[in-house]
This record gives sequence, structure tokens and C-alpha cells, in this order.
Amino acid sequence: MEHYLNIVVKAIFIENLALAFFLGMCTFLAVSKNVKTAFGLGVAVVVIQGITVPVNNLIYQYLLSPGALSWTGSEQLSEQDLMFVGLISYIGVIAAMVQILEMTLDRFFPPLYNALGIFLPLITVNCAILGGTLIMVERGMEFGESVAFGIGSGVGWAMAIVALAGIREKMKYSDVPDGLKGLGITFIVVGLMSLAFQAFSGIKL
Amino acid sequence: MADKTAKEVLFDPLVNNNPIALQILGLCSALAVTVKLETSLVMALAVTVVTGCSGAAIGFINKYIPDSIRIIVQMTVIASLVIAVDQLLQAFAFGVSQKLSVFVGLIITNCIVMGRAEAFAMKNGPWMSFLDGIGNGLGYSMILILVGFVRELFGSGKLLGYTIMTPVTDGGWYPTNGLLLISPSAFVLIGLIIWVIRTAKPEQVGKS
Repeated sequence: MEHYLNIVVKAIFIENLALAFFLGMCTFLAVSKNVKTAFGLGVAVVVIQGITVPVNNLIYQYLLSPGALSWTGSEQLSEQDLMFVGLISYIGVIAAMVQILEMTLDRFFPPLYNALGIFLPLITVNCAILGGTLIMVERGMEFGESVAFGIGSGVGWAMAIVALAGIREKMKYSDVPDGLKGLGITFIVVGLMSLAFQAFSGIKL
Repeated sequence: MADKTAKEVLFDPLVNNNPIALQILGLCSALAVTVKLETSLVMALAVTVVTGCSGAAIGFINKYIPDSIRIIVQMTVIASLVIAVDQLLQAFAFGVSQKLSVFVGLIITNCIVMGRAEAFAMKNGPWMSFLDGIGNGLGYSMILILVGFVRELFGSGKLLGYTIMTPVTDGGWYPTNGLLLISPSAFVLIGLIIWVIRTAKPEQVGKS
């Protein structure tokens, strides 16, 4: 239990997908203009990440990794190394999960579906989602660890985007030079936020 | 919308419509790989090639893609190209491929590729889409090379691995600016580049 809690805390603070790895930056900067939409997107990312990372983990362990197909009993298949179709399988899973989530929300939670609008399909191309899966593969996690990592990394990203939205809302009252307004000052603010999160980087759990 | 000339399509994304500075596309990799000029150059090349070729491929088939599955079709074209580039890099430039690690695979979700496929290649012919892809790739490369240049030179005194200003740790005179070697510096540098671009081209203020 402690091991999984470690992974979650590590994924949220020490290796925050948005502020330490800089994944999902485009949506991070484009959707952080107000707190409500940022929160909605954050929740969607947590759900998608919490589902796709474990599912991709199963695919990696039982289909793709070298020697993975040994459960079929066939000797020829057990020698196969299918890692090269990894990228396209993971993105296929992500696209399918986003589509399913979209349909589920539309059917059972229409107000949430309407609030998220266009951002729901845009999660498919959010590099934080594919990035989370690729990091999981790179570290060779097992299933339980991948569940913890999926949820933790999603929560970390959500937390970062809500924090940035809060700061940007307050900055509407600041006197920013014309050339820096909007995107320019946001970049510098995110730079400072990620500098602050570097304070977590030495912590070993 | 008036048809753009080939020259406009190719050169607009350098300053007038830069994918990173104005369109907010392609940021993830721009920040993480620019610690050294070498990785910046390889990434810039990879993204330019993928965006150009996927633009051309989608430009060929855009009339035959049903609207309901167009995202999946675009993804498949882009993913296949990225797998090819990834395998090539692993075969011929293994050291660089290791340093780039997950970011080569992430070119699939690089919003520049997907963004230009959706915004341009779906509505234009293969040659123009190819030029648009190369143009946006060049705009992206310009920012990447600028940031990579500053970060490597002032962060470690080296360029492409060759020592230009001998760091104090090697017995020289230059106290390296360690702040530039950590990732947040890339954010601030790009913010400053945007400031310069928008001061020179005030029509971009307020667009994002």
C-alpha cells in the first residue's frame, strides 16, 4: 500500500507531468484562462489517464514486450518482440477510451458533457496522456503500479492547470507590457511555477 | 479565404504565424529537448520531416476520408510516419535517440502535426500541404534552435559539444549559468522571444 502511495505522491509533486516534464503544454496554456474550464478539463484528464495507463500496461505486458506472448503456449509467438507497434496501439487505446468517455458522459451526465465541450475530444492529442503511457512503458511498471501512476499523474496535471488558471485570473488586474500580454507573461509565470516545483526534486520517498 | 501563394505558405510560419509563438502548438518538446543544441537540431529535423510528409499524405487522400473517422485516419498516418522516424533514429543515431527518449514518440501528439493536418492538409492539395508542413516545421525549428543555442552556450559554455567558453569547473574563466540548464529557463526564454516578436509585429498582440 505504501509503495503505491509513494508512486502517487511522486507523480503529483516530484514528477508533475505539466511542471516537471512539460507534457500537455498546448492545452495547458490554451485552456487555463479561467478556473472553471480548467477544472473541468482536469477532471477529464484524471479519468482518461486513470483508465488508459493501466489498459496500455496490460497490452504492453501481455502482447508487446519481448517474450510477452508466452501465455499462448506457442513457441514461435513467444519469441516475438512487438514493441515497434507500441506507439500506434497506445494511441489507438487512448482514442477509443476518449470516444467511450464522450459517449458515456453524453448519455449519463449531459451537463458535464456540455461544460467540457470541444476539450473532451482534444484530450486524445494531449501529449500528457500518451506521455504518461510511454513513461510507464519506459519504467516497466506492473499493473498495480500503473494504476497508481495513471491516477497520480492525472491529478498532478489537473492541479497544475487549475493553479495556473487561478494565477491568470488574478493577473487580469496587473499592468503587463503590450508585447507580453497573454501568451508571453503566461510562459514566464509557468517558468516560475516549474522553478518552484523544482524544490521537490530532491525528495526521495 | 483567398488562396495563399506557395511562398506565403512556406515563410509565414517563421515569424507572422509561428506555431510556438502565436498558434500555441508544439510546446512540449520545445521545452524539454533544448538543453543541448544537438538534440534541438535532431528534434527540429524530425518534426519538420513528419509535418511535411504527413501534410502531403493527407493532402492526397483528404477527399476520400469520411468526416466521422477523420481524426483516426490522421492519427494513423502521423503515427506510421513517427514510427518510421523513430526506427531510423534508433538505427543511425542511437545516442541522440536515447537522449530524446519519449519525445520522439510524442511527435505523434505534437499539436503542430495534428493541428496543421486538421487546419490545412484536410482542405488543400498535397504540394501546398507539404509546403505548409515544412514551413511550420521551420518556424518550430527556428524557436528550438534559438533556445537550444542560448541554453547550451550560456548554460555549459559549449556548442554541439565543442567548448567555446571554458567553464570554471574545467579550469577556465566562465562561471556557467546553471539556471539555464534546468527546464524552467526554456519557458522564460520563449516568453522573452514572444515579447520581441510582438514588439516588432504589434498586430500579434492580443491574438492569444
